[in-house]
Amino acid sequence: MFPIVSKKKYNDTIFELEVEAPKIAKNALPGQFAVLVAHENGERVPFTLADCNKEKGTVTFVIQVLGKTSSYLLNENLQSIPHITGPLGIPSHIDETKNHIVFIGGGLGIAPLHPIMKAYHQIGKKNTCIVGFRNKNLVFWHDRLSQYASKMLITTDDGSMGEKGLVTDVLEKEISIQKPDLVYAIGPLPMMRAVSEKTQFHGIKTIVSLNPVMVDGIGMCGACRVTIGGVTRYACIEGPEFDASQVDFDELILRSRQFKKEEDICLRDYLKNGIKK
Amino acid sequence: MNIQKKRNHFPDRKAEDRVKDFQEVGLPIDFELAQKEAGRCLQCKHAPCITGCPVEIKIPEFILEIKNAQIKEAYHIIRKDHFLPSVCGRVCPQEKQCERLCVLAKTGEPVAIGKLEKFVGDEAIQKQYNQSSKIKTIPGKKAAVIGSGPASLACAGELIKNKIAVDVFEALHKIGGVLVYGIPEFRLPKKLIEKEIGVLKQMGVQFFEDSVVGRTIVLEELLSEYQAVFIGVGAGTPLFLNIPGEKLNSVFSANEFLTRINLMNAYAFPEYDTPIPNASDVIVIGGGNTAMDAARNAVRLGAKKVTVAYRRTENELPARKEEYHHAKEEGISFRFLISPLEIKSDESGKAQSVVFQKMELGAPDEKGRRSPIPIQDETELIQADMVIIAIGTQSNPLLPTISPKLKLNSKGYLMVSENLETSIPNVFAGGDIVTGAATVIQALGAGKKAARQILKKLEKE
Ligand SMILES: Cc1cc2nc3c(=O)[nH]c(=O)nc-3n(C[C@H](O)[C@H](O)[C@H](O)COP(=O)(O)OP(=O)(O)OC[C@H]3O[C@@H](n4cnc5c(N)ncnc54)[C@H](O)[C@@H]3O)c2cc1C
Ligand SMILES: Cc1cc2nc3c(=O)[nH]c(=O)nc-3n(C[C@H](O)[C@H](O)[C@H](O)COP(=O)(O)OP(=O)(O)OC[C@H]3O[C@@H](n4cnc5c(N)ncnc54)[C@H](O)[C@@H]3O)c2cc1C
Ligand code: SF4
Ligand code: SF4
Ligand code: FES
Repeated sequence: MFPIVSKKKYNDTIFELEVEAPKIAKNALPGQFAVLVAHENGERVPFTLADCNKEKGTVTFVIQVLGKTSSYLLNENLQSIPHITGPLGIPSHIDETKNHIVFIGGGLGIAPLHPIMKAYHQIGKKNTCIVGFRNKNLVFWHDRLSQYASKMLITTDDGSMGEKGLVTDVLEKEISIQKPDLVYAIGPLPMMRAVSEKTQFHGIKTIVSLNPVMVDGIGMCGACRVTIGGVTRYACIEGPEFDASQVDFDELILRSRQFKKEEDICLRDYLKNGIKK
Repeated sequence: MNIQKKRNHFPDRKAEDRVKDFQEVGLPIDFELAQKEAGRCLQCKHAPCITGCPVEIKIPEFILEIKNAQIKEAYHIIRKDHFLPSVCGRVCPQEKQCERLCVLAKTGEPVAIGKLEKFVGDEAIQKQYNQSSKIKTIPGKKAAVIGSGPASLACAGELIKNKIAVDVFEALHKIGGVLVYGIPEFRLPKKLIEKEIGVLKQMGVQFFEDSVVGRTIVLEELLSEYQAVFIGVGAGTPLFLNIPGEKLNSVFSANEFLTRINLMNAYAFPEYDTPIPNASDVIVIGGGNTAMDAARNAVRLGAKKVTVAYRRTENELPARKEEYHHAKEEGISFRFLISPLEIKSDESGKAQSVVFQKMELGAPDEKGRRSPIPIQDETELIQADMVIIAIGTQSNPLLPTISPKLKLNSKGYLMVSENLETSIPNVFAGGDIVTGAATVIQALGAGKKAARQILKKLEKE
C-alpha cells in the first residue's frame, strides 16, 4: 500500500497526486515512470515520475483525466494506492556537452519535462521552456518550471494567456534567434511529431518521450513496441525517450487508439456503476 | 498376472461446455479411480520412470502408497523432491518425461503418473497435508529471492524449511510468475497457487510485490542486507517474427494476450479494467504450450474460428500432447507447414489477413529435427481479425540492470557454475533465466538445488 499524501486539482482534467513511495523516490531519476494499479480490479497504468522528494520519500504524478483509472483516482476519496512499481524506463541522458536546450511541453507533457529541466539547470545549463495549452484555465506548473528556465514562454490556442498560437510557431522564432543544441518535446503525439518535423528541418537533435499502451512495463508483453529507425523497440525498457527523427509517429498514433472502444465502455461503466467491490 | 494395457480414463468436462467458461478442463479425480490406476504400476525394481522425471521423484513408492490408501504418505514421498504436485501433475509434459520411460508404454499405455500426482497434490491441499507452522529461523542468516516463479518458490520453500529467513521480491503485483500470468486458469486454477503461496507465508517467507530488482532495489542493496541471493527472473521477453504488419492493431504477442487474460482478468472486462478486443477469426502462430494456451483462450473469448499455424508438422509439435488433443476437441483448426510472410491491414489499421508461405520438411538439423524449408512461389492468404504471435521468448533485456557484473552467455541468459552460482559470489540463479524457456518441473528442480548450495555456503559462514 502506498499512502496518498496530497491531491491537488488544477482544473477539470488535470490533477496532481503525491504518494509515499520511499524506495521509488530513492532510486528515481529524470525521465523515469512508474506503473500504478489504482484498485484491486484495476489496470496497470504508467505515469511519469514528475517529481520526487527523497527526504520525505514521496513521488508526484500529474495526471490527465481520460478514462476510468484517471477518473477514479480523481473522483474517489482514496487513502492509498494498492500497487505502484518503479522507477521504470531508462533515465534521461543528461548531456553535459549541450548548452542551450529548448524544452517544449504540450498540455500535460509539461509535467514530465520538470525533472529533466531541473537536472540540466543543476549543472548550470541555459534552458528555454515553451509550454502550450488550449486556454488560460488549463495552465499549471508553469511557475514550477520557470525556476529552472532562463526564458519561459507560454502559448495558448485562443490567446487567453501568453502568445496565441502553437508551440511550434514560438519554437521557429526561438530557432531564428539562437539555434538550440538540443530540443526536448513531450506532449500529445501530433505535437511531438510537428516539433520533430521542424527541428529535423533545422538539423537539431530532438528527444521525445513516448507513451504507448503498456501492460507490465518490464519488458514481458511487447504491448509497448514502437518502431525506431525501422527497428522494433520496447518503450518500457528501451525508452520511453527516443530520438524524435527516428520515431514512426503514424504507427504509434494508430496503435494508441487500439483500445478506444473498450476504454469508453470501461469509463461509462464506472461513471454509471462505480467500482464493484 | 493380467495387466490392463490401457490406462484408466480420467474424465474431462465436455468440450462444448468448457469452451463457454474459464473453469478447469479436467474433472477432480476420485480415490477409487486413482487407486485403480495405481494398481497398474508394476513396481519395477529399476524404475525407469524415475530417470524420466527431471527431479527423480520416487514414482513407484508414491504410487504404492496410493494403492495402499496412504495418501498423506504418498504426498510426503513426492514432497521430498518438489513441493508442487498439484501443479506438476497438471502441467508437466509427462509423455516426454516420466511416462515416456514407463515400461508399460512398450506394450500398451504407461501408468498415468501425472494424473496420480495431481490426485495426491489436490488431496494434500484439501486435507491440508501441505500445512506447516511458522518456522523459527536462525538469527543473522537471510536470503533474498528475485522473482516468484516456480524456481524462486522452490528455492524459498527449501530455505525456510531449513530455518533460513527468506524475502521474495517480485516485479509484478501478483506472486507466481508464469503460473499466474501465463498458464491459463482452465489448465491450472489460480487458487492452487494461492494456497501453496499461503503455506510459504505461514512458514515465514515474506513476499514483496511491485519490486523490480535493478530498479526499485539494486542488487548491491540486497547484498548488504542478505547473505545470499537467488535470481529466478524467468525468460519472459516475447520474440516477434519481424515481418510486415506485426504492429497492426489486434496483433499481440502470446505473452501480452495471456497476461491481459490471466494476470489482469480481461475475460471479465469491464468488471476488471483491462480490455481484450473481440475477434471472430483468430490466427495463432507457433506450436508450443503458449500457442495452445492462446488459441484455447481465444475460443473461450468467443472467436468463431481459431487456427493454429505451425511451420513444421504434427510430429514436431512441441506442445504437451494433452493440450493438443484438448485444443482439437475444442474446435481449434491446425494448419501445418505454413509460415507467415506478412500481416495485412484493413483501412482502420487493424489486422485483416495473414499471407503464409507454404513449407516442406528438409534435412534434419544437428538436433535431428527436420527443418522446414519454403516451397517456392506457393503462398496462401488466411483471413484473421486477430493474430497472436507465440514463437517463443528470450532473456529480458532488463536483466543486466540487476547488476552489470552478472556474466551472460551469448544468448543473453545467466552463466552459472555447476552449483548454480553466478559470476557474483553468493548470488545463485536457476530456472528459465539460466536454461532458456523450459518447464515448471525443471525450474522447481533448479530452485531447490540452488537452495541446497546456499545452505552449504551459509553453514560455512
Ligand atoms: C511512459 C509513460 C508515461 C506516461 N506518463 C503520464 C503522465 O505523467 N500523466 C498522464 O496523465 N498520463 C501519462 N501517460 C499516459 C497514461 O498512461 C494514460 O493516459 C492512462 O493509461 C490513462 O488511463 P485511463 O484509464 O484514465 O484511460 P484509458 O481509458 O485507459 O485510456 C485513455 C488513453 O490512454 C491511453 N492508454 C490506455 N491504456 C494505456 C496503458 N496501459 N498505457 C499507456 N497508455 C494507455 C490510450 O491510448 C487512450 O488514448 C503515460 C504513458 C506512458 C507509456
Ligand atoms: C503460456 C505458457 C505456458 C506454459 N506451459 C507450460 C506447461 O504446460 N508445462 C510446463 O512444464 N511449463 C510450461 N511453461 C513454461 C514454464 O512456465 C516455465 O518454464 C517456468 O515458469 C519457469 O519458471 P521460472 O521460475 O524460471 O520463471 P517465471 O515463471 O518466468 O517467473 C519469473 C518471475 O520473475 C519476475 N521478474 C522478472 N524480472 C524481475 C526483476 N528484475 N525483479 C523482480 N522480479 C522479476 C517475473 O515478473 C516473474 O514473475 C509455459 C510457459 C508459458 C509462458
Ligand atoms: S514431476 Fe512431472 S515429470 Fe516428475 S513424475 Fe511428476 S509429472 Fe512426471
Ligand atoms: S516404469 Fe511404470 S510400471 Fe514401472 S514403476 Fe515406473 S510407473 Fe510403475
Ligand atoms: S509494457 Fe510490456 S513489454 Fe513494455
